[in-house]
Amino acid sequence: MGILEVKNVGKRFGGLQALNEVNLSVAENTCHAIIGPNGAGKSTLLNCFVGKLIPDTGSVMFDGQSVLGRTPYEINQMGISRVFQTPEIFSDLSVLENMMIPVLAKRDGAFRMHAYADMMSEKDILEKSEAMLEDMGLAEKRGMQASSMSRGDKRRLEIAMCLSQEPRLLLLDEPTAGMARADTNNTIDLLKQIKEERDITIAIIEHDMHVVFSLADRITVLAQGTPLVEDHPENIKGHPKVREAYLGEAA
Amino acid sequence: MLGLTKKDYNLLLIVACLTMLAPFILNPFPEGSGLAQFNAGYPDLMQRFVIFGIFAIGFNILFGLTGYLSFGHAAFLGVGSYAAIWMMKLLTTNVIPAMILAVAIAGAFALLVGYVSLRRSGIYFSILTLAFAQMSYALAYSVLTPITGGETGLQLKLDDARILDGALGAGEQARANLFGLNMSSSYELSVGSWLFTFNTGYYIAAVIMLLAFYLAIRIFRSPFGLMLRAVKSNQQRLNYTGLNPRPYTLAAFVISGMYAGLAGGLMVAMDTQVGPERMFWTASGEVVLMTILGGAGTLIGPVLGAGLIKYMENILSKINSDILHTWFAFLPDGLEDFIITLIYPFIGKGWHLTLGIIFMLVVIFLPGGLVEGGQRIAKLFKRKDDAEDTAASTPAE
Repeated sequence: MGILEVKNVGKRFGGLQALNEVNLSVAENTCHAIIGPNGAGKSTLLNCFVGKLIPDTGSVMFDGQSVLGRTPYEINQMGISRVFQTPEIFSDLSVLENMMIPVLAKRDGAFRMHAYADMMSEKDILEKSEAMLEDMGLAEKRGMQASSMSRGDKRRLEIAMCLSQEPRLLLLDEPTAGMARADTNNTIDLLKQIKEERDITIAIIEHDMHVVFSLADRITVLAQGTPLVEDHPENIKGHPKVREAYLGEAA
Repeated sequence: MLGLTKKDYNLLLIVACLTMLAPFILNPFPEGSGLAQFNAGYPDLMQRFVIFGIFAIGFNILFGLTGYLSFGHAAFLGVGSYAAIWMMKLLTTNVIPAMILAVAIAGAFALLVGYVSLRRSGIYFSILTLAFAQMSYALAYSVLTPITGGETGLQLKLDDARILDGALGAGEQARANLFGLNMSSSYELSVGSWLFTFNTGYYIAAVIMLLAFYLAIRIFRSPFGLMLRAVKSNQQRLNYTGLNPRPYTLAAFVISGMYAGLAGGLMVAMDTQVGPERMFWTASGEVVLMTILGGAGTLIGPVLGAGLIKYMENILSKINSDILHTWFAFLPDGLEDFIITLIYPFIGKGWHLTLGIIFMLVVIFLPGGLVEGGQRIAKLFKRKDDAEDTAASTPAE
């Protein structure tokens, strides 16, 4: 029984069957990649995990509980954090403030009226945030406004924010999209490090095969809303069905 | 000190000094001199400075922090005013219970309006709040006449119930007071040809503004304030960080509604009458102007903006063509008339034109408002100092 169990999920947008009978099981403490050509339904599937979309059919269970019908913040409080394709951070705030928000959310829940408390005297929150920034090599940028950081650093900050909530499942939506080679390699190293050091399950959607094969323990190939194959990376590379989906019949 | 950082504490001190010394600061010109009409140190106007300061501080907690632009905040001000005057009519003319009721009722009304309006964001939110405010205005003006006094509004009357107060003596009038201290009593200090007025009502309003300002600093610096800024910055990320933006924005809306109610209650405490025009949409627009002009999202900005607009409204609008003629009397006749024709549209009733131009200039060149202007000037001086320092130290090496 995996930590994330997807059963018979289907989703239709008008005349387009975006997802069809998707079954997927992500085992605890593994890195599971979902790959597939453009329009295969990867992002739609991810949106069904986090409460942005509700599938027409099927079920999505996280740790034995259904996530369907819950709002994104409730699902996050259950232990699922999401990293977006373009880094979603609080651009107007400083790096340290960015870091403090998820730490506060982890401690205080979805809402707490703490209007009279002084933020800078919240020692435990500050310490935890600074330690996380230190861990991720962002310590000297703590006072910087988040919007003025490089793309790579923004991604790093976003991952740090997600990790600080100690999620059980980390969802990554094309974390290296639009990145330069060096930044991509940095991100791969970072994710490898996270995988080794923490008890965390990672589900990743990715285009870049280099990233997928460096990280994934297991790969699901999606095409036209249906999973084609699910297997170990070494078996996926030469799989005829995968080649067909990616390169067309001629290959 | 007081749980504030040194910088915030200093800011609070500066504001405290300015408000406490306002009768001096606002009256720099001797009585009878040609410039005396620029004096703003009379009780009525000083009271308005601090009351609208409170209104703008509260508005800024919503607009400056969360970015939700309410176009109906005057409704809460009006509701606060009506609540306060009813308290004075029915229970006691002491201002404390009146203001407590004003804040409570305005808060409850804000909860209702906010609960509905915050289902939308951006322009739709603004329109919803505007609709609520105009509805309140129309109701107060017509249907609710038994409660609001309709077009004529409400005043204190001799035959009001005033359950807690003793009977009035012959010839006495019911007056707003603080445990017997009359709001309109003043002490006048004459130094040479200068006249300084210290008004009870002003000082009570000023102390309340300082408390309101202190509370705003605490909110700005709290985890709650951080969450409100996060709402403005990126709601998507906030949602995916396990936080529910709705109660945060609603709490901010109610708090700022309560500030508006407090301002409305204070207005009644200073001048015991209310009319529905207080809730008209232009009054809602004015507080938006104040906040943006001073600097939205800054602590001191809204207070500055409120001061500037109220100063222009009361001082600039009093200049008429006769006064202009006395100013420019030294010029040859033709030139005098020409210059007066040029200036005339910007003064008197035309003060709105001046305000509009200043507002445009600020929005275009100083998007951070007057506060940004101040910061730029401060930076300029700092750079000059640094340049001199390095110039002075280079030859020594």
